[in-house]
Amino acid sequence: MILVGRPEDIPLGEAVRVEEGVEAPIAVFNVDGEFFAIDDTCTHQDASLADGWVEGCSVECPLHAACFDLRTGMPSGPPAKTPVRTHEVVVVDGFVYVRVAQAVEAAA
Amino acid sequence: MRTVAVIGGSLAGISAARALREHGFDGRVVVVGAEDRLPYDRPPLSKEFLADKIGIDDLALTTDADAELDLDWRLGETAVRLDPRGRSVVLASGQEVAADGVVLATGARARPWPGDDLPGVHTLRTVDDAIALRDGLRSGGRLVVIGAGFIGAEVASTARDLGVEVTVVEAERLPLAGVLGPELAAVCTSLHAEGGVRLIAGTPVAGLVGTDRVREVRLADGRAVPADVVVVGIGALPNVEWLAGSGVDHDPRGVWTDAAGATNLPNVVAAGDCTFSHCAYAGVELRQEHWTNALQQASAAAATLLGRDAAPARPAPPYFWSDQYGVRMQFAGHRTADDEVEIIEGDPDSRRFVAGYRRDGRLVAVFAMNQPKLFAKWRRQLAAPAAAPLA
Repeated sequence: MILVGRPEDIPLGEAVRVEEGVEAPIAVFNVDGEFFAIDDTCTHQDASLADGWVEGCSVECPLHAACFDLRTGMPSGPPAKTPVRTHEVVVVDGFVYVRVAQAVEAAA
Repeated sequence: MRTVAVIGGSLAGISAARALREHGFDGRVVVVGAEDRLPYDRPPLSKEFLADKIGIDDLALTTDADAELDLDWRLGETAVRLDPRGRSVVLASGQEVAADGVVLATGARARPWPGDDLPGVHTLRTVDDAIALRDGLRSGGRLVVIGAGFIGAEVASTARDLGVEVTVVEAERLPLAGVLGPELAAVCTSLHAEGGVRLIAGTPVAGLVGTDRVREVRLADGRAVPADVVVVGIGALPNVEWLAGSGVDHDPRGVWTDAAGATNLPNVVAAGDCTFSHCAYAGVELRQEHWTNALQQASAAAATLLGRDAAPARPAPPYFWSDQYGVRMQFAGHRTADDEVEIIEGDPDSRRFVAGYRRDGRLVAVFAMNQPKLFAKWRRQLAAPAAAPLA
């Protein structure tokens, strides 16, 4: 598991980027107190989803406005065509951790 | 409708083809592309691709899933004539594609420097252009970029990172002032000097000098700037000449369409860089040579062709971005000369800020540097000038 930080380090509606100890950067979002982790790099083009706008349970890529569902990683429409990986987030003893998924889950 | 011919194999073309399928069109879709390549993304051509940080495969706009679209590709083919009723398209090879509906998505081409081609002088529009320029820059030397627009600035920035000595020459005294207004244009323009690029503004180019290849750029004031490579970035021309005699309304600004891509012919729609379209957000006709427009307008045009309602609930503001000198610039909305500019977040000197343009108190456009999230926030606050009550 990768340590992200204290819950209060991730403000409501914001995200932090995890780059240490992971193969590809991961963005961890706080949506109304619930944490979601997805691959940080938009599958359409090189842009950090941690910089994206969060609305409901989706994040908008800051560059081309592709939206991804934070729960499933699925893009809501073009320009992104492929999902981002999602990762499990656990809070243990007052710290937020990410359990990195091994491979891209097959899209439904 | 049994066959739709999509004329253009870039972002607008593939987006229109996808949208046709999403709307349930199960007839034949023929996609004609002038370049002998599947659709690819052009924005990186002046940046990551030019810098050799990414390759051709990284540019692909299609994925394996697109095989399900069952498209009939005609790549390396140029359309040369549209039948006056829009019922068939003749290709340069002599082939004729009969169609019940036509999507015009032929894009634009780089405006060339007038006169004969001189080796060492480049424009940048296609991946082949980018490869040729990359090879030209590999030997280092001195690059002169003509035109300090977004493409010119991006090329200058990338070339500087590659260790090339760069001069940008611009006819206007303040580059980008027409797009961003003088205040913010000045902020953008200062990036050249900070990035180690010399900018000569307010001086038109008189001519390119050289015998076997370009040697210098001669300016209108008599100065000469030595050059091993020249990039001409003076805008783009819509590819519409082939429509002469077709009956489709167009002029040198592009194919005339409404906000949903409809032309004056019921079975012909158009999208992307080749169009001169009514912008529902701005309430005026515009040519929007922007990535997002090629995507969104193509989707609307496909719906229009199939007789579906294509209008979004809220008109989308025009949007573009540019990455140069380590700064991400983003602009959304529609600006006119009388709009008032104010900094609404951050500080221009820090290169991290958001600025707003107001018209009669309404926020009609936003511009940001290195503030993607705040830009996204303010973009949502935009008020379409077209919706404003008449004074």
